Amino acid sequence: MSAPKAQLGAIIVDDEQLARHAVRELLSVHPEIQILAECANGLEAVKAVTAHKPSLIFLDVQMPKLTGFDVLELIDTDAAVIFTTAFDQYAMRAFEVHAVDYLLKPIGRERFETALAHAKTRLEKNLPAPRAGELAASARPPQQFLERAVVKDGTRVTIIPIAKLDYVEAQDDYVALASGGKKHLKQQTIASLEACLDPNCFVKIHRSYIVNLERVTRIEPYAKDSKIAILSDGTRLPVSRSGYAKLQELLDQRPKS
Amino acid sequence: MHPLLARSRLSIYTVAWIPLSLFLGYLLHSAAHLTWLASIALAFPLCLVYQFMCLSAWYSCKSAPLGRTNAARLALTHASAAVLVSLLWVQLGKVLAFGLSRFTALRDLNSRYVTAIPVLFAAGFLLYLLAVAYYYVILSLEASREAQARVMESTVLARDAELKALKAQVNPHFLFNSLNSISALTSIDPAKAREMCILLAEFLRMTLGLGEKSSIPLGEELHLLERFLAIEKVRFGSRLEMRENIQAETKTALIPPLLLQPLIENAVTHGIANVLDGGVISLTARCTAERLTVAVENTCDPDASYVRRGGLGLANVRRRLEARYGNEADMRVAIEAGIFKVQLSLPLEIVSVPIAETLQEEAAR
Repeated sequence: MSAPKAQLGAIIVDDEQLARHAVRELLSVHPEIQILAECANGLEAVKAVTAHKPSLIFLDVQMPKLTGFDVLELIDTDAAVIFTTAFDQYAMRAFEVHAVDYLLKPIGRERFETALAHAKTRLEKNLPAPRAGELAASARPPQQFLERAVVKDGTRVTIIPIAKLDYVEAQDDYVALASGGKKHLKQQTIASLEACLDPNCFVKIHRSYIVNLERVTRIEPYAKDSKIAILSDGTRLPVSRSGYAKLQELLDQRPKS
Repeated sequence: MHPLLARSRLSIYTVAWIPLSLFLGYLLHSAAHLTWLASIALAFPLCLVYQFMCLSAWYSCKSAPLGRTNAARLALTHASAAVLVSLLWVQLGKVLAFGLSRFTALRDLNSRYVTAIPVLFAAGFLLYLLAVAYYYVILSLEASREAQARVMESTVLARDAELKALKAQVNPHFLFNSLNSISALTSIDPAKAREMCILLAEFLRMTLGLGEKSSIPLGEELHLLERFLAIEKVRFGSRLEMRENIQAETKTALIPPLLLQPLIENAVTHGIANVLDGGVISLTARCTAERLTVAVENTCDPDASYVRRGGLGLANVRRRLEARYGNEADMRVAIEAGIFKVQLSLPLEIVSVPIAETLQEEAAR
């Protein structure tokens, strides 16, 4: 009696039905891969990952609301991810840099098999998944800053437009994003988040705090060599000496309102 | 070429020397104490000769251009030339004085010429330098005119290049996604795959063809948009809904080619493609006696930023309108209740014979 062949569960994420069909067809010659779900958008994908725990994810980059990168940030999984994209030079470069498997549409059989074999090796050797935050950051076109942050509280996915972000607080390996009086935890370092934010709107005022300039109402002295920033909702944040210098420089450039 | 050796200019130049001759005559009379007759008899022929001698200053000015020659060399060149030319002139004056002294009325001119030498030398020196200054003015005027022409030329070239680039653009994202749809359709529905191949081929052919023209009737652009949207409809299925409201008279109105295509493309890629359940694109064209108004509206994701809504593509459309119509055209962008709206208003130009449109339509079939 031979051992049953190991089954790999896969989900296909693409907002275009025909594109999902193309991947399904390419997988039809692989009986060892079982398609657990097809998802038409990122939100469905995040749910499907939680529900089905797939080993393999075919993930389109350009999708409404949540992009493929957002999805990767939101799912906490050891699954092998194969990105699919029609044309996105920045994403393609990011995939190359981070050695992430990706497929260009229309997808050819040969390329598909190579990527699939690669993904299987990755699973067997239990290689770590790509760092979602860094991948997303390097796929962003130059001079373009983060427009929204995606966070998951339990099973709920929240999209925070960057303009609604009040401040960011570092907490060990996490950052807490404060928006409208609520805090959302996200696994990312404060330094990598800072790199994605428009330096004219967000200032790192302290090694653990980044603040949205729009929210700062006044700055008060606190102790010798340290100050405190008071936000429009009354929140008080510590300001370091170098943070104060940066803050002052930016506030001086702005027209007084 | 010497600027004064053209026939018309040379006569003006000669006339301009008459007052100088009179002035020299006056100087000879008052400073060198020659008689009026002797002064005039010397001044006129000498000036006639000297005006040609001064023409030589042009060549030394050209060989020592201002700004590229250091000041000391410049001064030395022109001062020594002025001294040489003036000395020669004074010698010529001496010959002339000797000749004139044969006339009884000017008998003592030859002997009195010595008193005229300093006056003549000074006048010659200054006149030569005056000529130098004059030529430098001409040279710098020429240089600035040339620079201006170069700037004009380069702006025209830049604008042309930009327009060409705008016209020739086919979004690679659109192209590859369409090919991907075709690739998927080949096994599901081969007939549909072929239909889409043909739509794509027609779209590409029209894009290339229209890019060559400077103006096309709106009707022709609409044919192109129909194909574009038919292709996108295959990709997006029920997520993309299209509404058209085109006033029949506008179809013969002339617009720059591919003016609306980027707007519709934006509406799809930055509008519909970012909305989970899709939405509607509506295209409206209206005209009055003088103006054509075209509006593109689409459902959009209210959270998306301006760039994600296609801010760059819109800026290109605005630039094209400005290049073509200046202040006559107007583009308004607004977002209201999840609807993104772009409205163009331009001067109405009607194609005289709408034959081009029918031909294009037949060719496309």
